[in-house]
Amino acid sequence: MAVYAPPGQPGSIVEYAPRYDNWIGGDWVAPVRGRYFENPTPVTGQTFTEVARSGAEDVELALDAAHGAAPAWGRTSPAERALVLHRIADRIEDNLERLAVAESWENGKPVRECLAADLPLAVDHFRYFAGAIRAQEGHNSQIDGDTVAYHFQEPLGVVAQIIPWNFPLLMATWKLAPALAAGNAVVLKPAEQTPASIMLLVGLVADLLPPGVLNVVNGFGVEAGKPLAASPRVRKVAFTGETTTGRLIMQYASENLVPVTLELGGKSPNLFFADVAAAEDAFYDKALEGFAMFALNQGEVCTCPSRALVQDSFYDKFMGDALERVGRIVQGDPLDTGTMLGAQAGNDQMEKILSYVDIARREGAEVLAGGERVDLGGDLSGGYYMAPTVFAGQNGMRVFQEEIFGPVVSVARFDGYDDAVKTANDTLYGLGAGVWTRDGSTAYRAGRDIQAGRVWVNNYHAYPAHAAFGGYKQSGIGRENHKMMLDHYQQTKNLLVSYSDQAAGLF
Amino acid sequence: MGAPGSGEEVERVAVTEEAAALLRELRDEHGPLMFHQSGGCCDGSSPMCYPAGEFRTGDSDVHLGDLDAGTPEPVPVWMSRSQFAVWSHTHLTIDVVPGRGAGFSLEAPTGRRFLVRSRLMTDGGAGRPAR
Repeated sequence: MAVYAPPGQPGSIVEYAPRYDNWIGGDWVAPVRGRYFENPTPVTGQTFTEVARSGAEDVELALDAAHGAAPAWGRTSPAERALVLHRIADRIEDNLERLAVAESWENGKPVRECLAADLPLAVDHFRYFAGAIRAQEGHNSQIDGDTVAYHFQEPLGVVAQIIPWNFPLLMATWKLAPALAAGNAVVLKPAEQTPASIMLLVGLVADLLPPGVLNVVNGFGVEAGKPLAASPRVRKVAFTGETTTGRLIMQYASENLVPVTLELGGKSPNLFFADVAAAEDAFYDKALEGFAMFALNQGEVCTCPSRALVQDSFYDKFMGDALERVGRIVQGDPLDTGTMLGAQAGNDQMEKILSYVDIARREGAEVLAGGERVDLGGDLSGGYYMAPTVFAGQNGMRVFQEEIFGPVVSVARFDGYDDAVKTANDTLYGLGAGVWTRDGSTAYRAGRDIQAGRVWVNNYHAYPAHAAFGGYKQSGIGRENHKMMLDHYQQTKNLLVSYSDQAAGLF
Repeated sequence: MGAPGSGEEVERVAVTEEAAALLRELRDEHGPLMFHQSGGCCDGSSPMCYPAGEFRTGDSDVHLGDLDAGTPEPVPVWMSRSQFAVWSHTHLTIDVVPGRGAGFSLEAPTGRRFLVRSRLMTDGGAGRPAR
């Protein structure tokens, strides 16, 4: 176990600059209106840097740079782009510990998650798309003896990407790796809660990409995000966030007739069938960990398994063991590698979680664990810490229907398979789900019957690059990860070629 | 309880004085305003404040009511119809807290964030739909 020194303090492996400009055209560019906003760490609540507060004019500069770079970048060979992605991956890997500490400090997540998941996944993701683009090939069709249809994939051109604050570096990577691999130039707008760690990453890889291929513009959604999403100069908009902004982005995109991909969250059910307790073995232990996965990243995950559905016949035993497991979650300084549960990303997030605790109580949900804010003392008193919280109730309650984005799980019972699947699907969303059982048939049937884009069977919260991720129902449109993601960043060019010298005979 | 449009006058939304004061500020800068209640990831479950008409509502939305915030015109509050189906048993009060927010909501640059506080439409939980 180790405790990293906070960035900016003696002995820290990370130094944030006091101020970050935008990254446009391969250069640091000050915002046109000269405005900046403060960036606090949720670990202590203290400001540690300031970041460009951009407006429409800055977005235009970034779009100018992207349009300048896109044609040449789009013509590079797949091998060349793959090599760039490999070099980015290597650069991140070489600086993995620094970036992990930087991300933990900015977001509040425990550094052990950054070290074990966020950053290694980012590295692997760039490598995956480096491989995928090299292996991609078009198709051809024999139309008749002398006519051939060739299908080529071509980049869209300039694309807009608006990313969330829960995994600042990994969410940037999920969007950037396929877009760059496919040959697009990007204007990226980070979340205003976590605008700085991405700028550290950009600084690290700045020499690897041609100027203008990657542009990062910081600022508030209404001032910088909207002009980007609404711009007629982008060929596609990718967004991760919530439903109202998702609809607004679709509305803007419809005005420009450009496609969108949207990832808008979920209310993921995690189903535990009674046979998981058939033996008190390693598998049972794994299932209990699967229950506690709601606390990963403080619950600030679109796929947080925030509805646990537990079979009636073993509810008391399972919940006894599960609550014991939750009780062993170590909450503390996010920069301590022993910490499992860190800080919520900000004050408004904390307040929102507490407002859900309030309505849960008013609706009659039973508090089985937590339910309150935690004061960790010292400098951490200024941070935003929520106790891991377990409610018992019914699926119609608001805490069962909305993504709280906190370390909060709501537990309900089911009596049999049909009831389990019906309750699991009784939600507006369909992003993730979990199924825990020793019975292969039950696992398969439930996996197919649950209306969600990703069903984890006997595991949870794994995010390999080679598995498609995305939502059913109101959880969004399109997928991320997997080589199919390249399709979301490419046009299909059909070349229809006649090798005949005979006229069609019509004129 | 009265559903919006049913003709029954049941208050579903309210606003705190702090939030009303912020709305008056935003009205001065941006003109007439509206809210659309979000759901889902990240900043989901937050009320999003836009210039009136910026967010296109339609048959898939429910008009929950109008806020009297001391602005020249009332501020309408909307929610998607599907979300209303699971929220309808609760009364919503729009409040404001310090915070950064996200999305395209107008107040984010002020360092404050609108927040919804909920209570049951009826006391004692009788309004909760059986599921």
